[in-house]
Amino acid sequence: MNTAEQHSLRDPVIEVDGLVACYGSRKILDDVSFDVRSGEIMVIMGGSGSGKSTLLRHMLALNRAVSGSIRVFGLEMGGVSSRELHQLRQRMGVSFQNGALFNSLNVEDNVIFPLREHTVLDDNTMRIMARMKLEVVNMAGFEKLMPAQLSGGMAKRTALARAIVMDPKLLFFDEPSAGLDPVVSADLDELILRLRDAMDVSIVVVTHELDSAFRIADRILVLDKGKVLIIGTVDEVKNSDNERVQNLLNRRSEDVIVDPDEYMQRLTDELIGL
Amino acid sequence: MMRPVIEKVGISAVQAIEEAGYQFSLFAESLYWLIVGPFLQQPVRLRIIVSEMMKIGVLAIPIVILLSFSNGVILALQGIATLKDFDAESQVIPGIAYSVTREFGVLIAAIVVAGRSGSAIAARIGSMQMSQEVDALRVMGIEPVRFLVAPIIVSMLIMMPVLTLFADAAAMIGGGLYTGIVLGLSLTTVLDRSFDVLVLYDVLQGIYKSLVFGLLIALVACSNGFSVTGGAEGLGRATTRSVVMSIAMIVVADMVFTYFLTR
Repeated sequence: MNTAEQHSLRDPVIEVDGLVACYGSRKILDDVSFDVRSGEIMVIMGGSGSGKSTLLRHMLALNRAVSGSIRVFGLEMGGVSSRELHQLRQRMGVSFQNGALFNSLNVEDNVIFPLREHTVLDDNTMRIMARMKLEVVNMAGFEKLMPAQLSGGMAKRTALARAIVMDPKLLFFDEPSAGLDPVVSADLDELILRLRDAMDVSIVVVTHELDSAFRIADRILVLDKGKVLIIGTVDEVKNSDNERVQNLLNRRSEDVIVDPDEYMQRLTDELIGL
Repeated sequence: MMRPVIEKVGISAVQAIEEAGYQFSLFAESLYWLIVGPFLQQPVRLRIIVSEMMKIGVLAIPIVILLSFSNGVILALQGIATLKDFDAESQVIPGIAYSVTREFGVLIAAIVVAGRSGSAIAARIGSMQMSQEVDALRVMGIEPVRFLVAPIIVSMLIMMPVLTLFADAAAMIGGGLYTGIVLGLSLTTVLDRSFDVLVLYDVLQGIYKSLVFGLLIALVACSNGFSVTGGAEGLGRATTRSVVMSIAMIVVADMVFTYFLTR
């Protein structure tokens, strides 16, 4: 039995059902349904504008859905009380695209920050816990640096240390390899895999990097124009005969067939309207 | 031809109401966290309030004193020059005492704070918004309003009256010194005469206003900071807007207040 099959037997950590999201009148997500099972690494892939960042924001309860439901650890995000959300958020960690470290705090204080807010541990204990996590992400020795002094990779690793300092059961990564060179990016992928094994945590990764996705994913969800194209294991996605999926995998741009009348209409439309 | 104009007026009116509503919700949420927060183990941190008080209040004291002192001297100059025609130079003393405590002390303190801290707060929250630090706070289960806005409101409400008192004192000393030299009186005599005419209510008028102005500055700066979009240019726009808006609101609110307080 391979790992993906093992995971499919476990309980779902996130269940998304018929999610619809809009910015103004523009539909960003259209009827998106999937689940993330305990202990698996789910990679959400798609090009720019596919809605993957919006989907992430919904799973983090930063945006409200127009319709459909998202359940995280069995809690319905639409009707969650602020107290439940507060507790829920202590069980999840997020590593943002550019780290989102607090600029006014040094590396160590950034990692300690969630502990300070959520626990009553004494200062030395918190420092030791922070250093343990910094050790995990290979950032030991850089405790006193300020975020502005860090390279992109270091900032991401620090953000990761901060995300895992409360020992979450659910981790989110937003574009972990964006802006990193291939070697550093591969290191980060290794780190994600190691963390999953060491902490028994479920991981959701949002990315547009194919190599990274294939390296770490148990399952991949491909989003295209707000719709789910395919959900499956790495092999299932690679061998999919869906043309759009293959286009994305082989980095082929899509030929859009233009209707000349409609094109002219579009160009002159607003001008005539005045 | 009229339609676009009316449409624009309508759109900006709706936006202004929306913004006022947002500012009120920031205030209401801050109150909620100040009162309920401690029971939910999510208190508004004293440490942050103190550091905000330092930035908003203590560090502004020198410039507030300098400006208020100058303002006092200006009032004395203008007052003596005008009252000379009526042979009533000595009347400049109550004139300065009233106008400073009721009006100019608080106005100068508020304008300095709007310029110094209003812009700084908008820029800080705005850059946190841009770099997703605000989102990071939220997903860590730390409400940005509790963590960022409530301490600013509290320290504004404490430090604005304090700065106003400093401004009152500096302006009266400035005006008193100049009046004393021209009229041949000592500073203590001038100040004694000032305090003879002043009642507590005059000083309180300034203090009441300072509370309202402080709240205005805090809410305008925070709401502008949170609504930053569009990169560095947007950040600059929000910062400028926050200063211009809060000074404009201070002056207009001052007019309304003075109408009700002095009639």
